[in-house]
This record gives sequence, structure tokens and C-alpha cells, in this order.
Amino acid sequence: MSDPARQACIVGVGETRYAKWGGITDASERGLACQAVANAAADAGLDVHDLDGVGSFADDRNLGVLIARDLGFRELRYAGMSWLPGGGGACGAVGAAALAVEAGQADAIVVYRSLCQGQHYRFGSAAASVGQLPKPGLTQASNLLEAEMAFSLPFGMFSAPIAYAMVMQRHMHLFGTTSEQMGAVAVATRAHANRNPRAVMHGRPMTLEDHQGSRMVAEPFRLFDCCLENDGACAVIVTTAERARDLAKPVVRIAAHAQGAPGEYGWGPFLDTNGSDDLYAGGGANVIAREIWAKSGMVPGDVDCAQIYDHFSGLVLLMLEAFGFCEKGEGGPFAESGALAWPNGSLPNNTHGGSLSEAYMHGMNNLNEGVRQLRGESTSQVEGAETCLVTSAAGVPTSGALLVRD
Amino acid sequence: MSERHFPDLMPSPGVTRESLPWWEAVLQGRLVVQKCNACGAERHPPCPCCARCGSHDVGMRDTEGTGVVYTFTVVHQKFIPGMPEPYVVASIELDGTDGLRVVSNVVGVEPSEVRIGMPVEVFFEHMSDELVVPRFKPRR
Repeated sequence: MSDPARQACIVGVGETRYAKWGGITDASERGLACQAVANAAADAGLDVHDLDGVGSFADDRNLGVLIARDLGFRELRYAGMSWLPGGGGACGAVGAAALAVEAGQADAIVVYRSLCQGQHYRFGSAAASVGQLPKPGLTQASNLLEAEMAFSLPFGMFSAPIAYAMVMQRHMHLFGTTSEQMGAVAVATRAHANRNPRAVMHGRPMTLEDHQGSRMVAEPFRLFDCCLENDGACAVIVTTAERARDLAKPVVRIAAHAQGAPGEYGWGPFLDTNGSDDLYAGGGANVIAREIWAKSGMVPGDVDCAQIYDHFSGLVLLMLEAFGFCEKGEGGPFAESGALAWPNGSLPNNTHGGSLSEAYMHGMNNLNEGVRQLRGESTSQVEGAETCLVTSAAGVPTSGALLVRD
Repeated sequence: MSERHFPDLMPSPGVTRESLPWWEAVLQGRLVVQKCNACGAERHPPCPCCARCGSHDVGMRDTEGTGVVYTFTVVHQKFIPGMPEPYVVASIELDGTDGLRVVSNVVGVEPSEVRIGMPVEVFFEHMSDELVVPRFKPRR
């Protein structure tokens, strides 16, 4: 372990307003990134000019070296972009920042995600236009992603719901998971969003009947099994324990973090459906789960609440199983028992409303909520919360972080 | 002219040095998987080298063109004009391989009747004289 005085802590969380897809027209995506970073610095009680590192993931368009200049950082000492795909990267980007801070490469790193899809393109749906030629034929792939997608796009696997519906269909086949059990995830999350004024779905209650009545997108996923698409930005600031103790808010330590996937996982099922049932219907998250428990010395029973990436309701179940909150295949009954619902569940999950009901920020907002829970600032506060597991997406090479109150 | 199920506007594959032989085989009406010429390990999609022995001497071998539905989804969205609605995207586990799977479609059956474990066989949809796409039907 590195110098305890340099141990990585999250000291600031910030976001812009969240709006539905295309709903922000009075600021650029780059401007939103700057707002979120500034808000996180203000939350920490840090001068934004004192930040000295930037990190992001999922090919964020808002290049860190430019954002650092835009905001007037005095120096840039760390610029890190994660190769973890899409929603797999938020915790990994924060983990990389933690390593950099602990190693002394930088002292205060901001990790952010800005998404203004109405001004650019819908993440994950550009796929439908890739490779369209005047006449069907072979074309030169412009990059490795496009080359891999040659084995999915010509067959109409155009969007993430299609790929992950196939994963859940297999999970249902193996373990008897039901649509109602996935609905239990979505309903609990929506209830939390209805307590959180930041949430895009605040003021829009949803029952299990509403869930069951929503239109089918890609079986077994109904509309309300799928996350939102939003405009906004979100940021967290990582610094050393020594510095954190001089700042405004209660200190939240990153007790453990991990990133990765089994070796043969590749990009995950969005591009490649090979591998064992354990791999395919397990979401590839066993590696990060093993690492986080080993590094933290904790067990699932030590965790007070969780913010588990919910691109799709069902994928939350895979992550719960991978981390051992329930047995393999028992994610559905676990959710159906009410375990994920605040305040009475054993593991209140996505207490901000998650990607299903707060905002789709590729999971950066899960980190913000994890920090707020440990500061006692959540709108669905878990009483006395001392530990919170935050994860990025199952179904791609992913990442996670175990946060603890200092 | 073979039967058509999907429109011309479906995305065309972007190919690389590694994947071109797979698509060229399909153009000839053969469904293949990559095989290492040094150690015999098979994989899909095709890669530059063998993950088992490290050899870059990799080639293709014909499959039987039959398999079973490993998993699938019935898609209820219409992305491109002329697409069937709903349509089935499936992962097909290929017979005679060590569990290798390809993403494709299952047609020639009501989408509501597709099941995991359903035996299927390949057919080749001629999208143009330059592109053929392998899709599957229930095995006769």
C-alpha cells in the first residue's frame, strides 16, 4: 500500500441539470463539462485552478487537455482516458485517477462525463448507419470497432437493448428469471428517483403494472427495462487523504477499485457472443468482484448500499450475482424480495434513480450518489451508511469501486 | 435470385485483413470458422493470431452449417425501411465446433416460435452480387 497520507479520496461531486435527450440547447456539451467540473470543485471547497488532472471514458468528445485549459488549471499533470467501453468505464476512470494520486503523479484529478446527445448523435445508435453503401457489398473497416461490428450489424443488432436482451434471455433460460423480477429493479429505482429532484423521472411514479404494460423493445426488455437517454454532465474529484481532510465535506475513501473482464470477453456480447454460460450470462463481472473483495478485505454483508449500473434492469441482477449479494441465478428472486428498495431493503440500490430514472450519464452519477450516501446527503439516505459499492456496466469489460466513509 | 428477407439498406460489413476470408467464404456459400494451422484451435470472430499457441499462421475451415439457437431476441423496433417487424437476432452455436457461436437471424418461422435449443441450418441471403449474408432457418 502506498503512503496512507496519499490514499485516494473523493472530495467533490458535481453535475449540471439533467434533461431528456436533446433537452439542453443553451449550452454546448463542452460547456456542460466545464460546469460539472466547476460544480464538483465548489462542492469540495477547492479552487478549480488547483485541479491538476483530467480523466474520462467512453470516448468522451470533450478532450481533457482542452477542458483543463478552458477552466484555467495552473498545470496539467495527468490526462487519462479509459479503454473500457461505454458504460464500463466510469469507475475505471476514477480508479486510474486514484492510482495516479496515490503514486504522486497528480494531486487533484477530476473525472467527468458530458453527454449532449441531441447536439451530436445518440450513443450506440450510430451503428444503424455504419457501413451503408449505395449497393450492398464489403467495405474497408475504418477501425477495429467497425471491424468487429461487421459480425453484428448486418444481422440487425443495431442497439444495446438487442445485445443485452439476448444475454437476459439466456439468463431466464438458465435460471427462470422473470420479467416481473426485472420490473422489481425498475420500480424500486423509479421510487428513489421520485424522491430526488435532480432526476429526470422525478414526479413520474411507476408501478409494476406500468412496467408490465410498457411496450416491448427487444424481448425480454420492455421500454421501462431500458435506461434513459439524457443531456447533462457529471464529475467527481479525487485527491489525497491528507488534502481531503482540510476540505469542506466529509471524506469518502476509495477502499478498493478494479477494472477488467475475463480474458476471452473482448468487448462483451454487444460484439461477440462466444464464451461459457458463466461468462455470457454472468456479465463478465466476476473479475472485478473478486478483485474488490480481495483488495478491500470486505464481504458483501459489509456493504450498506449500492449504486449498480443499470443500463438495463436485468443486467443489475447479473452484477448482484457476480458480487455475491445472492447466489448465481438468484438475482431475480433477490430483487423481487424488495432487497433493492429504500428504506427497508437489505441493499438499497441506485438511491438517486440510476440510469433508469435519474439520468443516463454512463454511470458517473452512480459515483456522485455513492459519495452523497456516505456524507449523509442522499435524498434516499440509508441511515448510518458507511460503505457503498459502485459499479459500472455488466456486459462489457467493466469496473467498480468500493467507497467508505473515512 | 435467392429469397430475400432483409433490405438492401442493411449495414454492409466493414472488413479487415482478418475478416475478409470469412466474408469471401460466405460469398461462395460456405460458413467457416477460423482455425490455427499450427495447433488447430478454432475461434470466431477471426483474429490476427492464435490465442492458444501464438501462431500467426491461421486459416479457415468449413463448418457443417447447422447449429442450435444459444440465445435470441425478438426485436420490435424498425430501424431501416423494409425490415421485417418483428425480427429475430440470435446467437447460433455451430455444430461440430467447440461451442463457437455466430450472431445471425432466424427466419422462416414465426418469431414467437423461436426457442433456445432450436436446431437451425444456414442459408445464404444474396444481398447483391458482392455481398452474401448467412442467416438461419429451422432445420428441416
